Amino acid sequence: MTAATNRYFGSPVLRNEDAPLLTGAAMFVDDIDFSDMLHVAFLRSPHAHARIEKIDTTATQKCDGVVAVFTADDLGAFWAPSPLVVPPPPIEDLVFNQRTQTPLARDVVRYVGEPVALVVAENRYLAEDALDRIVVDYDPLPVAAELEPSAQVDAPMVHDVRGNVAAEVRQVKGDYNLAKNNADVVIARRFLYEHGLAQPIETRGIVARWDTKAEHLSVWAATQTPTSLHGGLAQLMGLGSHQIRVVAPFVGGGFGSKLLMYYPEELMVPWAARELGSSLKWIEDRSEHFVATSQERGQIHDAEIAVSQDGKILGLKDVFLHDNGAYNPYGLTVPINSQCAVLGPYVVPAYDSSFKAIFTNKPIVAPFRGAGRQHGVFVIERLLDIAARQLGIDRVEIRRRNLIPSDAFPYKNGIMFQDFTELQYDSGNYLPILERTLEIIGYESFVRDEQPILRAEGKCVGIGVVCYVEGTGIGPYEGAKVQVDPSGRVHVATGIGTQGQSHFTSFAQIAADLLGVAVDEVDVTTGDTDQFGWGAGTFASRGAVVAGNAVHEACSAVREKILNLAAEHFECSSQQLSIENGAVQTLDRPDQSITIGELAVLANPMRGAVKPGTEPGLQATRYFGPEAGTTASGAHAMIVEVDRETMMVKILKYVVVHDCGTPINPMVVEGQIHGGVAQGIGNAFYEKVMYDDAGQIMNATLADYLIPTSMDVPVIELDHIETPSTMNPLGIKGVGEAGAIPVAPAFAQAVEDALGIAEGGSEILEIPLSPNRLWELAEGGTQ
Amino acid sequence: MLEELVTVSTVVNGKHYRRIVEPRLLLSDFIRHDLGLTGTHVGCEHGVCGACTILVDEKPVRACLMFAPQADGHAIETIEGLAEENGELHPLQEAFRDKHGLQCGFCTPGILMTMKAFIAQHPAATEGEIREALSGNLCRCTGYQNIVEAVKLAVSRIGGSS
Repeated sequence: MTAATNRYFGSPVLRNEDAPLLTGAAMFVDDIDFSDMLHVAFLRSPHAHARIEKIDTTATQKCDGVVAVFTADDLGAFWAPSPLVVPPPPIEDLVFNQRTQTPLARDVVRYVGEPVALVVAENRYLAEDALDRIVVDYDPLPVAAELEPSAQVDAPMVHDVRGNVAAEVRQVKGDYNLAKNNADVVIARRFLYEHGLAQPIETRGIVARWDTKAEHLSVWAATQTPTSLHGGLAQLMGLGSHQIRVVAPFVGGGFGSKLLMYYPEELMVPWAARELGSSLKWIEDRSEHFVATSQERGQIHDAEIAVSQDGKILGLKDVFLHDNGAYNPYGLTVPINSQCAVLGPYVVPAYDSSFKAIFTNKPIVAPFRGAGRQHGVFVIERLLDIAARQLGIDRVEIRRRNLIPSDAFPYKNGIMFQDFTELQYDSGNYLPILERTLEIIGYESFVRDEQPILRAEGKCVGIGVVCYVEGTGIGPYEGAKVQVDPSGRVHVATGIGTQGQSHFTSFAQIAADLLGVAVDEVDVTTGDTDQFGWGAGTFASRGAVVAGNAVHEACSAVREKILNLAAEHFECSSQQLSIENGAVQTLDRPDQSITIGELAVLANPMRGAVKPGTEPGLQATRYFGPEAGTTASGAHAMIVEVDRETMMVKILKYVVVHDCGTPINPMVVEGQIHGGVAQGIGNAFYEKVMYDDAGQIMNATLADYLIPTSMDVPVIELDHIETPSTMNPLGIKGVGEAGAIPVAPAFAQAVEDALGIAEGGSEILEIPLSPNRLWELAEGGTQ
Repeated sequence: MLEELVTVSTVVNGKHYRRIVEPRLLLSDFIRHDLGLTGTHVGCEHGVCGACTILVDEKPVRACLMFAPQADGHAIETIEGLAEENGELHPLQEAFRDKHGLQCGFCTPGILMTMKAFIAQHPAATEGEIREALSGNLCRCTGYQNIVEAVKLAVSRIGGSS
C-alpha cells in the first residue's frame, strides 16, 4: 500500500468554516428558535454574602406573560451541591475541601450574581420585568472579599471552613534549604497577580427542548465541553444517555469561560424545560457575564530564588495564596498550573512550592486561557531579572545559562502536573528559540546603540525578553468517527467543541491527506453528542493534539478498509493501489479506477453473504489517549515606549518565536498566537476586575473593564521552530494558550527598563500595570 | 405592563417589512428575532463591542442602541445582504477568508458592516486609518492583525476594481 500524501498537513489551507460565518448563516445558540420557545431570566443575589430569610414570588406569578417561577424549594432531589468536575491530583498530604455550588441558592448566597430564582415567560423582556416582582429578604453576612485577609483564621467564613481553606498543596523536589545555604545570592520578593476575565464576545447561553412524547431532551449550549455536559445532565436528571442530545453549535469564543462548571444556568434551563414540557432559552447578557461566569484572578506569591555567582539557579521556593472564589467545581487546575509553571524552561535542582487556595465571596475561579500559568511564568521571569541585576549579568545571559539543554529530553521535573502525571517535558530545543527571538527583535543593537540614542533624545524606551514553556495536549483521551459516504464525501465527527480554533479545517486536512480527497470534501462535526458522544472537551491547548491524533488514527483505519476492499474489487494486492482525487487506482493500470463513494456502496451490500467479522461501510472509530501531555515552548520580546506624562505604554515592536511541534496549519497557528498575545496585553496592561470591600464588582461593563482594541495590539512578528512531540504520532503540540502566557513578565521587564530600573527606578512586581498604577510606582511605589 | 404597540415599516436588505412591536423593543432584537435575520450578533447590549453593527441609511449603527420604532421609514443593511444574491461573496468577505481575518466569527458581521461603510468613505485607507476605524469593534480571538490585513486587501481589491 502506498503511503498517504502530505498535500494539506502543514499547509496554510483556507478555512472550510468561513463561508457560513462570513455571511451570517452560521448557527449560534441564540439563533435557535422554536414556535413554542419560552424565555428564562435569573434573579441574582445583590449581596456577596447573605442569608436568605424568605423568597416571595406571589406577585411574580401574576405578571404578564409569566409561565413559571422556580426557587430552590421547587427543585426536590435535583437541589444538591453539583458534582466535582475536576478532582484534586493524588499529591501526598494534599488538603481539599470540596464545596460546589447548587442549581439555585437556598439558604445562603456567596457571591454577587449567584442565582436565587428563575422566571420563565413568553419573551425575555417579560421575564426580566417579572424578576423585579420577586421579593427576597436577605440578612447580610460579613464578607470575605480580599484574598489575603480572607485567609486569616478569624476571617468571615464563606463556608464552614476556618481560614477559608479550599486546599493546601505542597510539592517539593531536591533540598531547597541546602541550595539556599550554598547560594551566593538569595532574592526574595512578593508578587501580586490580578487576573481578569475571558470575555468572549458571545456570552454564555443555552436552549433546552423537552419532547414529552419521546421523553427526550435536546440541548444547544455555548459550551467548550458538550460531551461532559451530556454526561452530567444524564446523571443529574436521571436520564439515560440515549435520552439526551447536547449540541455545541458555532460558539463565539470560550477561552475557558465556557467549560463545564455545572453552572446553575446549564442545569436549571434543561431541568425547567422538562418540568414545563417545553423549549426554553436563556442567553446571558453582558452584565450577567461579569458576575455569573467564571473568573481567573488573584494570586499572591512570596517567592525566593537561590543562585550562584555565575547566575545558575540552585533552587526556588514559592509560597502562594490562590483566590478560589466561592466554590471549587474545577478543583485545583489553576493553582497546580501556577505551581508547575514556576519551573519554566530552566534547570531547577531544588524546588519547594506550597499554596493555599482560599474561598472568597466572589465568582468561581476556573481556567481562562493560560489557566494559572501566567502567574508562575511571571514569578520565575521576574526573579531571574532581579537576580541578573544583582549579579551584574545581562538578563538574557542569565536565561541562556539556565535553559534546559537540548540533550536533556525527555526532561522530568519531579513534581506532579494537573493531568495527574509527572510534569515531564517531552521534547524541546530552547536556546535556538531565545537566540532567534533576540535576532529578530535586535536585542544587542537596541541595548548597545538605539536605546542610548533614544534616551538622549528624551524618549523613555525599554526592551523585555522572556521564555516560557506550556504543558499542552493532556489526556485523558479524545475520539473520532470517520466515514466515507456514497457521495464520496468524508465525514469526521469528534466530541470536542469548537470556539474558533479552525477544527473544521485542521481535522479535514488530516483526513484529506489520508483518504485522498480535497480538504473541502471533508465535513467535520464537532460537539454533537448524537454524532460522537465520547471525549473530554476543548481546553488546555489539547483539541488539535488529542482529537487531531484520534482523527488521524480513525482515518488510517478507514484508509486500510478502502484499500482492502479495492484490492478485492480489482483482485490485486493492496500494495499496488493508491488513493488520489477521491478514487483508488492500481499502480500498473492507471485507467482502472473506482471512487471511494462507489467503494462505500460496495461496503454496505443489500444482498448476499458477507464474511464473518465484516463491518459494514467505510467507517472507523478510534480513540487517542496520550500517556502524558506534550510541552510547547517559546520566547517573547517587546520594545516599549512609555510616555512619562501620562504613563501610557506604546508597544513599538513585538516578537514571538515558538515551538508547537509540527503545525497542522501555520496560518491557524499564527492566528492563535496573535489572539493570545492580544489577551496577554490586556492582562498585563489594564484588565482588572475591581471589587469593593463588600464584594461588589465596580467595573461590570465593557466601557469600564477594557479589553484591547485594534489601537492597542501591535503587529506581532512570528517565527516557528519545530521540535516534534514524542507523545503522539503526528508530532503536534498545543498552541491555543501559548500567546497569552508570557506577555506580562515581558511587559513588566520592558516597562521597568524604560523607566530606568538600572538608574534606581522601581521594581515592578505586580500585574496589571495600568497607567495609574505605573505612575504610583514611578512616584515611589505604594503597594 | 404592556405599552401601546407601534408599527414599524423598514426596508432591510432591499426587502420591505412591516411589524407591530412594543416601543421598547431593541432594534437588534427586532432584526434577529422578529425578522429572523440572526446574522447580526449581540455581544454587550450597551453599545461597546460593535458586534451588532448594521447600516441604517448606509451609516454604521449599533443595533442594540436603537429601538425598533426608530428604524421606521429607514433602510437597513445587515450581513445577510452583503454577499451577492447568487452567493458570490463581497470582496470584504473574500479578503477576510483569504487573510484568516476571523476565528470564532461572532464579531465578524459587525466588523464587516462597519468596514463596508468605512471603505465606501475611504477608498484608499491607510493601515492607521483602518486600525482607527476598527477600534469601535471588539474582537477577542484574532488580535486584529489579520483583520487589518484583510481590510487592506479588500481596500486594494475594491479600489483596484473601481
